[in-house]
Amino acid sequence: MEWETVIGLEIHVQLATNSKIFSGSSTAFGAAPNTQASAIDLAMPGTLPVVNAQAYKFATMFGLAIDAEINKHSVFERKNYFYPDLPKGYQTTQLEKPIVVGGHVDIRVGEEEKRIRVHHAHLEEDAGKSLHEDYHGMSGIDLNRAGTPLIEVVTEPDMRSGEEAVAFARKLHSVVTSLGICDGEMSQGSMRFDVNISIRPKGEQKLGTRTETKNLNSFRFMERCIEQEIERQIDLLESGGSVVQETRLYDGDTHSARSMRSKEEANDYRYFPCPDLLPVVIDEAYISDIRQQLPELPSARQTRFETDYKLSSYDAELLSTDLNTANFFEAATEQCGDPKLTANWIMGEVSARLNANDTHIGDAPISAADLAQLIARIKDGTISNKIAKTVFDALWNKEGDVDRIIEAKGLKQVSDSGTLEKIVDEVIANNAQQVENYRNAPAEKRPKMLGFFVGQSMKLSKGQANPQQLNKILQEKLEK
Amino acid sequence: MEPSDIQNIAHLARIDINASVAEETATSINDVLKLVDQLKSVDTEGVTPMAHPLDAIQRLRADEVSEHDVRDKFLGIAPETEDGLYLVPKVID
Repeated sequence: MEWETVIGLEIHVQLATNSKIFSGSSTAFGAAPNTQASAIDLAMPGTLPVVNAQAYKFATMFGLAIDAEINKHSVFERKNYFYPDLPKGYQTTQLEKPIVVGGHVDIRVGEEEKRIRVHHAHLEEDAGKSLHEDYHGMSGIDLNRAGTPLIEVVTEPDMRSGEEAVAFARKLHSVVTSLGICDGEMSQGSMRFDVNISIRPKGEQKLGTRTETKNLNSFRFMERCIEQEIERQIDLLESGGSVVQETRLYDGDTHSARSMRSKEEANDYRYFPCPDLLPVVIDEAYISDIRQQLPELPSARQTRFETDYKLSSYDAELLSTDLNTANFFEAATEQCGDPKLTANWIMGEVSARLNANDTHIGDAPISAADLAQLIARIKDGTISNKIAKTVFDALWNKEGDVDRIIEAKGLKQVSDSGTLEKIVDEVIANNAQQVENYRNAPAEKRPKMLGFFVGQSMKLSKGQANPQQLNKILQEKLEK
Repeated sequence: MEPSDIQNIAHLARIDINASVAEETATSINDVLKLVDQLKSVDTEGVTPMAHPLDAIQRLRADEVSEHDVRDKFLGIAPETEDGLYLVPKVID
């Protein structure tokens, strides 16, 4: 039987505010346990939450960026459940009246463009962390993260493969980092994905029973995890079994998901409007003011790269998806004036090196100014393309700036015709047989044969000969 | 509401109650629910549901860090702590 996969995502996006959503505690990552947990975060009696204006603004920015409706009247509710990393015994969240309603994100998989609808996005607080290392058979609780503002983005079940889900996840990452509302640090948990997966016979309208895999925080393993779950469900159904609705927890250390102990009682969160918080009311002026301040979004930047820099839509998309890459490209291009060459270097040498070192452009040892200078030296003929790679290596190893490296390593391209002629003479003298063959060959075969002499001369010049000039001199001397 | 419903709610809130408390609570909650039923009989056609009894809107605060580290004070009143963490009975979901 042919199966169709149906995937919906819930994404927790930590907002890049300085302080928490309901208290003045810092949200900085990596502090010593519980040093950023105030009386409010700990749910001490007598405390009252006050909403962080910036969290509201960030959520509004997100809504506008995905073309959603912004609720002018939104309400916080209590989602009641018992867990030690949630000191209040409830999570303050939004249900009936979330701030962001609807909207969409467009993705591309291969040649195909697809629109993924967003059901809504709501503001809520993050929980603390439970550490299950052995504390004499007990668990340790760190409440630094409790109260960190989140938006939870809930999609419609519009994705049909792991590839599409990952494309959506990457696009969303690109949107929130471009907006500057999230630092996008996946390894620190700044974005966490819950994936709802079900399968159904192709053509069937009714949705199958779904499972939810929680807590994915790596694009790399997200697709694999989804494929594994699809396979597990197909195996179950094809062997006459059935899928049980359950929550599966992804373990970032082992890169596998396991079933969480199925909850004895159905989720009964007993939501009700939070009496500690009044409704948040915003007006049209608030929204239009934020709309005015929205930074350029990746899709707009892609279009601009295509028009302003004459890049192909493929190149423009690759360069505009990640904010740091886009800024790097633009800074280097402005300085060297050659968008195409800059694009090639970034998508070629730079990204190969970044991948090999498992790092990203923000942490690269080479700056946009370095790359621009390198390209400028190729363009003005100081160095050849080939030598430029040597200079690039040295830049990466932080051996100085471009000109200093060229100078120190003696990499300047040789364009002096006297020197080049000497090299060519030597090659001709050392390869009498090849010279004779060349001279006896018909004219149409000669250009191909010239390659041998170019190669030999280049080698002799240690790769530094100006290729155009070298060609010219060789031809002249061989034709004699 | 039956005493068993009360037991269930108590369990969700991790409150340990015995059968006689469940019985008493069921009786008093049912009295409250009768009041709610009475309220429900009022015609509210066209009335917007209210999210809060106060006719006011939420004030927002500026995004500034105003709290300081008071960990030692709070750890001091916790039953068990170690390495700056609060210790609780083992929870693995």
